[in-house]
Amino acid sequence: MSTLTRIGRTFRRTAIQAVPTVLGIVVLNFFLLQLAPGDAADVMAGEAGSATVETMAALRQRFGLDNPLLVQLFNYLYNLAHFSLGFSPRYGMPVADLIGQRLPGTLLLMAVALTIAIALGLVLGSLMAVFSGRLPDRLLSVVSLLFYSIPGFWIGLMLIVLFSVKLGWLPSGGSGTIGSNLTGLAGLWDKVRYMILPALSLALFYVAIYARLTRAAMLEVQSQDYVRTAAAKGLSPTVITIRHVLRNALIPITTMAGMHVGGMLGGAVVVETVYSWPGLGRLAFEAVMGRDFTVLLGILLLSSLLVIVANATVDLLHAWLDPRIGVR
Amino acid sequence: MAAPLLKVDNLTVRFPTTEPVSRLSFEVGEGETLAIVGESGSGKSLTALALMQLLPRSAKIPNGRIEFAGRDLFGLDQKAMRNLRGREIAMIFQEPMTSLNPVLTIGRQITEVLTLHEGIRGKAARSRAIELLNLVRIPDPQRRIDDYPHQLSGGMRQRVMIAIAVACRPRLLIADEPTTALDVTIQAQVLDLLDTLRRELSMAVVLITHDLGVVAQWADKVVVMYAGRKVEQALPGALFRTPLHPYTRGLLAASPRLKTNLHYRDARLTEIPGSIVSAAGEKGCPFRPRCAVARDSCAHFVPDLVEVSEDRLVACPYSFIPEVAHGAAFGL
Repeated sequence: MSTLTRIGRTFRRTAIQAVPTVLGIVVLNFFLLQLAPGDAADVMAGEAGSATVETMAALRQRFGLDNPLLVQLFNYLYNLAHFSLGFSPRYGMPVADLIGQRLPGTLLLMAVALTIAIALGLVLGSLMAVFSGRLPDRLLSVVSLLFYSIPGFWIGLMLIVLFSVKLGWLPSGGSGTIGSNLTGLAGLWDKVRYMILPALSLALFYVAIYARLTRAAMLEVQSQDYVRTAAAKGLSPTVITIRHVLRNALIPITTMAGMHVGGMLGGAVVVETVYSWPGLGRLAFEAVMGRDFTVLLGILLLSSLLVIVANATVDLLHAWLDPRIGVR
Repeated sequence: MAAPLLKVDNLTVRFPTTEPVSRLSFEVGEGETLAIVGESGSGKSLTALALMQLLPRSAKIPNGRIEFAGRDLFGLDQKAMRNLRGREIAMIFQEPMTSLNPVLTIGRQITEVLTLHEGIRGKAARSRAIELLNLVRIPDPQRRIDDYPHQLSGGMRQRVMIAIAVACRPRLLIADEPTTALDVTIQAQVLDLLDTLRRELSMAVVLITHDLGVVAQWADKVVVMYAGRKVEQALPGALFRTPLHPYTRGLLAASPRLKTNLHYRDARLTEIPGSIVSAAGEKGCPFRPRCAVARDSCAHFVPDLVEVSEDRLVACPYSFIPEVAHGAAFGL
């Protein structure tokens, strides 16, 4: 069976499984959010200082918050079936537009962070495995343990202190120089400068995980018979590591990376707050504080889709990496 | 006689607490098949790995010398040794199920060694790999070459391993229990194949096995190992006719032989009492704790190998005494 058929089969299976999963997530989230006290009208009234009963009722009626719960759910699902995420009472604009503004920033941050985490983790982990039990391994183990145990917000703050305040090399927040109107390479460099610190603080925790995982996986694979076969062929240690060990060791690492996509979205809330990065994480935080459940439901729906897509990608990667997978 | 292809002299392999191979010497001539026999734990596989210099890092070789085609293997640097592996000395392993990389096609794993040692790439490498699969009698090699190891049976995988091993026409092939993990009918096919290839490619073979039937049929010369030492060396005919060392006699008595038409209902196979673990820390002859004819003196010294006749060595001073040689002890 060719790689393509295998991948196709895996893809179809995932797509079919995704529909009920998403539906379940939406319904469950809808009811969970109702458990929180208050609604958007309460918050808006609170912020305005005062409001009459009539204004409150008018607000609720305008946003459909006065309907019975099941009707609200039905309305939401009805909108969803028409590919609409609803309207945000707080921001006064369609949720889809709101998310659309913020999504690219978060996706970019996550993608860069995940790339850094995997790349750095693989390199460090490979080094640790190659030097296992010797000094480089010990040192890197300590470093990865530090990364693992230090909370992301603290790393974020310390990076700001070091690189922005003391050294003045990198900006301390935001996602681009306002009003600079840079284009081309200069514009890209400007974006990169704003990206480095947040991506790094988000990535370091995962660097530690991937480094330790890579180390364990590679040591496990190194003791396999086929590695000895490769050595008996006369291949050099570097070729053996890259061609025979790493590829087999990648399988558990991709599994973890897929699982981390969801977790990173959570970590992004903290990092986005520290670096005032205009992303989805901060939007979610603001939506919770404003009891703007339509926005929150939209974000939750989107992140669940993101996790499903990430899992599907991991499945596809597995089917590609390991020919034994996807044959069933 | 011409200089032997492989000459192992006084080889010792030592781990921090044990010495699984001690002062082992043997020679293999061009195109010759040497069988190394012994039970599990007798140091056969470590000897093979020492020949390839693929011992685990914790193993040390405090003394000994391995000479291959006139070159001292311990004198070679890593690069020169890598150049030898797979090109002049090749090895096949016991476990065909796990000896191939599961994520690469068998074609890729064969061409890899061709590219490395002979610089053959692309289409040329592929057609050479198909030739090799043909050589090891894999049916439909044009299609099979793109298979992954899990799509092949154990016997097929061992054939692929052999194809990889003989890809560069090595002068010496080390086969470490190549048929142990296979079922009996496949065993004979694989050994037949090895023997045919040995003649076609005129390579020498070091065949490591615990199967005396294999020895009788395919070996030119036999070394019997016990607890890391050579206890007997003989031509197979002589070994089976008149085994000298008590251990060899025990091994022969413990294996069923077709000629005698022995059925398990007619008589029990004898066994060698005890286990090879008892050799650890033994000051005298390592086999003493299990030996039926051991004397008091056996506890005090390790018996030297004595040349009994041409091509015949034995490490037991009592093996010539008539009552021992007649095998009263083992009921032969």
